Amino acid sequence: MSVAASPAFVRLPVWRARFVLFALVAAFGVLAGRAVYLQAVNTDFLQMKGASRFSRVLEVPATRGRILDRNGEAVAISTPVKSIWAIPEDVQASPAQVKSLATLLNVDPAELQKKFSDTTRDFVYLKRQIPPEQAERIAELGLPGIYSQREYRRYYPGGDGMAHVIGFTGVGDEGQEGIELAFQSSLAGKAGSRRVIKDRRGSIVEDLESIRAAQDGKDLTLSVDGKIQNIAFGALKSAVEFHKAKAGAIVVLDVRSGEVLALANMPSYNPNNRGKLTGAQLRNRVMTDIFEPGSTLKPFTVALAVDEGRVRPDTMIQTAPGKLTIANHTISDAHASGLLSVAQVIQKSSNVGAAKIALGLPKEDMWDLFKRVGFGAQPALGFPGEAQGKVRDWKTWRPIEQATMSYGHGISVSLIQLARAYSIFARDGELAPLTLVRSDMPVAGRRVISVETARALREMLEMAVQPGGTAPRARVMGYRVAGKTGTAHKLENGGYAAHKYISSFVGFAPVSDPRLVIAVMIDEPSNGQYYGGAVSAPVFSQVMQGALRSLGVPPDAPMQPVEVPGEGDEVKEGT
Amino acid sequence: MAKLSLALLAVLVACALGLVTSQHKARKLFSELEREQERARNLDIEYGQLQLEASTWGLHSRVEKIATNSLAMRASDPRRVRLVQPAGAPK
Repeated sequence: MSVAASPAFVRLPVWRARFVLFALVAAFGVLAGRAVYLQAVNTDFLQMKGASRFSRVLEVPATRGRILDRNGEAVAISTPVKSIWAIPEDVQASPAQVKSLATLLNVDPAELQKKFSDTTRDFVYLKRQIPPEQAERIAELGLPGIYSQREYRRYYPGGDGMAHVIGFTGVGDEGQEGIELAFQSSLAGKAGSRRVIKDRRGSIVEDLESIRAAQDGKDLTLSVDGKIQNIAFGALKSAVEFHKAKAGAIVVLDVRSGEVLALANMPSYNPNNRGKLTGAQLRNRVMTDIFEPGSTLKPFTVALAVDEGRVRPDTMIQTAPGKLTIANHTISDAHASGLLSVAQVIQKSSNVGAAKIALGLPKEDMWDLFKRVGFGAQPALGFPGEAQGKVRDWKTWRPIEQATMSYGHGISVSLIQLARAYSIFARDGELAPLTLVRSDMPVAGRRVISVETARALREMLEMAVQPGGTAPRARVMGYRVAGKTGTAHKLENGGYAAHKYISSFVGFAPVSDPRLVIAVMIDEPSNGQYYGGAVSAPVFSQVMQGALRSLGVPPDAPMQPVEVPGEGDEVKEGT
Repeated sequence: MAKLSLALLAVLVACALGLVTSQHKARKLFSELEREQERARNLDIEYGQLQLEASTWGLHSRVEKIATNSLAMRASDPRRVRLVQPAGAPK
């Protein structure tokens, strides 16, 4: 201020130095406090904010397990495809570009333009699941606002032949039918995620942590044999077409291991292209449909009677005059036969004979046998929608019902139950548990009838396919086969339809040491023939021949059969 | 004292440079690992596609069609098959 006030003479008050010192200390204090706050109190938030600048959480995709047939051939595989999506607001494309995009996507340009003009939505799929090469060409167009995303698509090389066994998955890779649904939890993988550091160019420079490891789905090996499946489906398809039938189903079981070697249905569908599917195509008749089996049930009644010692195979039964009246209901045979042995009742498929045998049995025992061979209970394969069939409580049976049940009316079963039940004859009296997964191991069964009874029934059933039986067309050259036909009126609106039938055949071979049980069912054959012996038995024969050959089962019959299938007289049956 | 400080400074600088180099190396190795893993994934995908292709070409119905139609093959008549027992096999 004043000129005279030179520094040497000015004596500053002491408080000023103190004040400056205090201010400096306070400033450091504030800084330290702030540092503590940031480092200790607020650190999580800041760490997170910092991390979000460079670290990213990435989804690690998991693939769905493959499904293989028992020979290791792939029948369902997931492979990546691209889905194209857009943010309508960001899309800038000239009409020419829209047009070329539409051609690449194979959609209508006007439709595409409409999707782009709807700016209220900020995410719209243009097309889902296209091949990666196609997606690359779209990316080359370089249009802003159009993106692609990787997804997995399931392919089924087996096509319609395997459709009902495997089923299919939906867009979200979730099993919707068949094995795909039944084994969803083990087939589906679990997508994982990990945290990484990305640089400015978007490439990953460091792996920070794996939040969850991706778990790929497990591969599944089915019990189904692709070769036998193909034979079965082909034979069924041509039979259904030839007989102008509404539907058909076939199942092939391995007697020793309880494995399902083939399972086919008609009509079928192509699981790779499910554009327009009808309910009829989707239905797995082997598993989910129940029907009145007709005469294929006769062997069970007879087996029970033999097992309990009430009859012997050579006990004579009077079936003349081919009619039996019980309380105003008449049971009749297609051909009146007169005096027949028990074995002949099976061979000629006499309703009257079977009814007479059944009436000599306690109701409870019959019901118990039906239960023990697996009727009226789900076969427990783990397949979705397995039917359990209908077996009414024995206490409500009237005599006429007991009689008709002996030849398969008034009781409903599914084809797989029927095939499984026949395993008691093929396995010396034991009922085999079934599986759809390859095991290759002989499986322990549950005894239902004695070994002797099973062998006696095998002989009777072998007679049924010999000349003079109901199904000589079921014979297989080189092998001894046994089986039983069934021709049942269809149930419609609570009554039996007059001219609609279900023709079935269940049998096994080779009789000396059974390996396979095959059950065939043809629904409403309407090309003149409808007897099980004429419609279903040839399918059985064809499939059995092919399957035994493919499995390399040694022939057990004389190599010079005098009769050729198709010759010899054939007996028609009533039910 | 000053000498010690200088020596420590030198060690510090060396350590810092070492850290930078190793970090760089780690990142390079990591990106290589990423690339290889990506390659493994792609190979796996390709394997799946090839398996699919193999299954499609080897469809039993297709094989059968070719065998019967273009190669004129057929299954032998069981009457013309003779079974040969392996030597020493029980009869």
